[in-house]
Amino acid sequence: MSSIAVIDYGMGNLHSISKALQHVAGDAQIIVTADRQQILEADRVVFPGVGAIRDTMTELARLQLNEVVIEAARTRPFLGICLGMQALLDSSEENGGIDCLGLIPGQVRYFGDNLKDPQTNSTLKIPHMGWNQVTPSRPHPLWHGIERDHWFYFVHSYFVDPANPDHCAAEADYPSPFAAAIAQDKMVAVQFHPEKSHDSGMTLLGNFTRWNGEV
Amino acid sequence: MALAKRIIPCLDVDNGRVVKGVQFVDIRDAGDPVEVARRYNAEGADEITFLDITASSGNRDTILHVVEQVAGEVFIPLTVGGGIRKTEDIRRLLNAGADKVGINTAAVHNPDFVREASERFGSQCIVVSIDAKRVSAAGEPLRWEIFTHGGRKGTGIDAIEWAKRMVDYGAGEILLTSMDRDGTKSGFDLELTRTISDVTNVPVIASGGVGTLDHLVDGVKKGNADAVLAASIFHFGEYTVGEAKRYMADHGIVMRL
Repeated sequence: MSSIAVIDYGMGNLHSISKALQHVAGDAQIIVTADRQQILEADRVVFPGVGAIRDTMTELARLQLNEVVIEAARTRPFLGICLGMQALLDSSEENGGIDCLGLIPGQVRYFGDNLKDPQTNSTLKIPHMGWNQVTPSRPHPLWHGIERDHWFYFVHSYFVDPANPDHCAAEADYPSPFAAAIAQDKMVAVQFHPEKSHDSGMTLLGNFTRWNGEV
Repeated sequence: MALAKRIIPCLDVDNGRVVKGVQFVDIRDAGDPVEVARRYNAEGADEITFLDITASSGNRDTILHVVEQVAGEVFIPLTVGGGIRKTEDIRRLLNAGADKVGINTAAVHNPDFVREASERFGSQCIVVSIDAKRVSAAGEPLRWEIFTHGGRKGTGIDAIEWAKRMVDYGAGEILLTSMDRDGTKSGFDLELTRTISDVTNVPVIASGGVGTLDHLVDGVKKGNADAVLAASIFHFGEYTVGEAKRYMADHGIVMRL
C-alpha cells in the first residue's frame, strides 16, 4: 500500500487536504505528521500551508523540518500548496523580508496596492481571492485532464516569481501573468488550493497520487 | 482570463436544519444542511456559507458536525458564521473543515478580536459580517448604521467607517447584508454595496434581498460586488445555482462555468 505524508507544522488546519487526498487516493494511506522518519518513509509528500510566511519559516525551523522538506522534495513526488509553494523559493517580501528554503531560485513578491483591471480600470482587490483560470506553460503529468483554462481557487496576496522561467509550470493572470505552479524534477508546487477547487482540484490531486515522479 | 465573480448560496442553520425567514421572522424549513450543501456543490456553487442561528448555546456543536460532514465530500470553500465569540470557536470550526469564519456581533463588542483572529489564523479566513440599515432621512446624504443580533440592535456606528476599520484590523473579506432588503426579494441595496466595495480593498460579498437573477447581475455590475450571496431563491427551487451562473455569464460577467 502506498503512503502520502502531509507535513503538519502547525499552520492552519489540514483537514481539507487530507480529506481531499482520501477522496482521490484509493487505498493509499494518508499520514498527517511532523515526524521526520514518517515523512521520509512516505512514497509521496504534500507540503501545505496557510497564514503568513514568517510563522511558516519559524515553525519549520522550530520543528527542525527544513532539511526534511528539502530532502523530500528532491527524492519523491512532492506537492507544495500555497504557502508550501512560496516557502520553496529563496525569500519572500512578506513580513518585511523573510528567507525561505531556497530550493527554487527566485522571490515571492507582493501584488501591489494599486492593481487595476486593464479592461474596466476598476481596482483589483487584495488578496487575490476566488476562482481563476490556470493555463499550463508546459506538459506535465499533473495536468492530465486539466490541460487548458481550468478553474482553481486562490487566496493569496503574494506570488512566486521564479528566477528561471523554466521552473514555471502554469500561469494565471491578476492582471499580469504570474506563476500559478512551478515544477522541477519530482517537485511540483501550486499557488491555488486544489483541495478547494472542486473537480479540477480533485483531478490534479488524483494525478499526483498516481504520479511516479517522472516527467 | 480574469478572476471570476462568485455565487455563494447561504444556509441559515437552526438546530441542524436549514431554515429561511423573511426579515428574521416566519421561518420556513428548507431541509437537511448536508443534503442542501451537496446539491449546491453539484450545481456549481463557488462557495457555501453556513450561518448558525441556533439560539441555545447547548446546541452549538450541531454546526460542527454539519461542517465536518460537508467538508468530507464537498471540495469548495466553506464559510461558517454565527455565534463566534472566541478564538477557540474559530479554531474548532477550522479544525472541523471550515475555510473561513464570519464574525459579526463579537467584532462590534470587541474590535480587537478581529485583529487577534486575523493574526492568529490569517486574514484569508476572517470574514467580517456587516449588517447595515439605512438611517438617513429622505433628501439627506445616504448613511448606514451597523446592527447586531440578527438586525435587532442598533449600534450608532457608521457602516462605511466600520468597514474601513475592520479591513485595517485584518478582515480578509466583508459579507455585507442590507437589513432593509434581507428577505424582501426586492434586490440588493446597490448604493450600500457600491459604497462599501469602493472604499475597501478586500472582496465584498453582497447579501440581502435577492429575488431574481437580475438582482445578482446588478449586485456585480452596479454594486461592484466581488461575490453575491443568496438563500431563498435557491432553497425553494426557483432557480438552480447553475442557472444563476449562466445568466450572469450571459450578461457579460466572468463566471466559473
